Amino acid sequence: MQTFSWTQLWFDVFRRMFAWLGSWRREIHHQRGRAIVVGVPLVWLAVFFLLPLLILLKISFAEASYEQPPFSALVSWGEDQILSLRFNLANYATLIADCSDPASSLYCYAYVNSLKTAAISTVLALLVGYPIAYGIARASSKWRLPLLLLVVLPFWTSSLLRTYAWIGILKGNGVLNNTLMALGLIQEPLEILHTDIAVYIGIVYAYLPFMVLPLVANLVKLDPLLLEAAADLGCRPMAAFFRVTLPLSMPGVIAGSMLVFIPAVGEFVIPELLGGPDSLMIGRVLWSEFFTNTDWPLASAIAVALLMLIVVPTLIFEYVQAKNSPEPKR
Amino acid sequence: MRNRPYALYTAMAFGYAFLYFPILSLIVYSFNESRLVTVWAGFSTKWYGELFQNEALLDAAQKSFMVATVAATFAVTLGTLAGLALSRLGRFRGRTLLSIMTSAPLVMPEVMLGLSSLLLFVSMQQLIGWPDGRGMTTITIAHITLCTSYVTIIVQSRLAQLDDSLEEAAMDLGARPWKVFFLVTLPIIAPALIAGWLLAFTLSLDDLIIASFVSGPDSTTLPIEVYSKVRLGLTPEVNALATLIIVFVAVVITVVGWMLHRSRASAAS
Repeated sequence: MQTFSWTQLWFDVFRRMFAWLGSWRREIHHQRGRAIVVGVPLVWLAVFFLLPLLILLKISFAEASYEQPPFSALVSWGEDQILSLRFNLANYATLIADCSDPASSLYCYAYVNSLKTAAISTVLALLVGYPIAYGIARASSKWRLPLLLLVVLPFWTSSLLRTYAWIGILKGNGVLNNTLMALGLIQEPLEILHTDIAVYIGIVYAYLPFMVLPLVANLVKLDPLLLEAAADLGCRPMAAFFRVTLPLSMPGVIAGSMLVFIPAVGEFVIPELLGGPDSLMIGRVLWSEFFTNTDWPLASAIAVALLMLIVVPTLIFEYVQAKNSPEPKR
Repeated sequence: MRNRPYALYTAMAFGYAFLYFPILSLIVYSFNESRLVTVWAGFSTKWYGELFQNEALLDAAQKSFMVATVAATFAVTLGTLAGLALSRLGRFRGRTLLSIMTSAPLVMPEVMLGLSSLLLFVSMQQLIGWPDGRGMTTITIAHITLCTSYVTIIVQSRLAQLDDSLEEAAMDLGARPWKVFFLVTLPIIAPALIAGWLLAFTLSLDDLIIASFVSGPDSTTLPIEVYSKVRLGLTPEVNALATLIIVFVAVVITVVGWMLHRSRASAAS
């Protein structure tokens, strides 16, 4: 029986590491062009995207301190020459403890509220976006491109300024209230700004192109013969829509919904400018934990939890996408 | 069609009105005489005059343009390499990693990208003394990372549409790979690169959140400056600025669209 030996293990690790580096070196030597094409973006993203996430994970296990930078070191040499590794779970404990008491919870409330806000906004975006996409897909080829461009054009202007525009429209003596009162439809101004409704409007407005584009891409492929067949068989247009068009466009609906839902969960500017004090979303909580309370470790822990919140729906999305799109042949 | 779908037309009209009403109201009230943004008090262009005397805003705009230009250029370079690697090189070591790292920033909330980038810069400064504090350099680096993903997606989808027979023909005729890239591939994907550059430029110019995390005391970009004004309430100067940006974007999109359309038409004939 072979006994376990640390020396053997280290030897093995180093041998494998050098073998791997050696094969890299050979690859670089043989195909320098290939190595540059792959290596430059790979190294850049590893250093400036992947490494930051690992540091984020590391600092979520640190303690807040008043030093500069304001967090404790995870690994440190003590004065007694002891290398100490300190995992501080207090940040996650704070988040979990906060969730066990729903009445006074801040973080849990923000998480649930983010999901709720994103879900409602996504449904609203679908209701507004579907007719636009359907109309574009059914339009003659001369009209299709201009109509599509008109949907995309607002996306190219500043999202901050587009959110700002809604303040002027929705506020107490804003454009909307003034118009409605002048028409005599309402007697008193509606209170929309600084409520959740304003946040929904802002999110739908900001992300509508992301809903419309995948829907158009899907609906264009719909064969009009199917609808004619349905009509010939005595199906009314409305019923044909719900029984033929809508089920066939589900991949587009799902793609568009995910493209709205995922960024909406982490949204900061829209709830901050249009929402009220209780339209808390996780992006806002993270922001204030970082900038107002300067608790970097807790902000990092919130970010890690947010990542979990985003990763799960994204994986489902990827799975559905992969199932629906046939493997590209090469 | 037997009967025109009036319900559809109504819903579409509502959708487009929803998209353009806020933009229209921004533009209209930028010409308002009164400081109260939502009360009409007569036509005036005075807020444009005030805008061009606002040193802080002009300075921030200049910084934003510099950051956006540099970031977009780097992002197009990196994104083209990544797109090329993912769609033309077949299997290679680190392919999965590269593909995950180019698509992940697209779905990651900006607060996370901003916070993690800041933590990286702070840690790097502690370890190797670079970057020295935070400012334009750190904003530019963070923006390059974000924009590279978008450019990669654009380049990759363009290359996926093209079949590689032209490139293979050039190689069969003895052209070396880099020559094939510059003489064959690059001219074909040039429209995608222009679109990618413009998108990267816009994203960088528009970004408030990442820039807020990684900016320093003397690197206030345009969105940060605008945000600090907007938080205090409505200001007609911001309306004027928005109008200028909208006009600028509309002109650029139209010109680029027309140029691409013309080059495609001349290629077809």
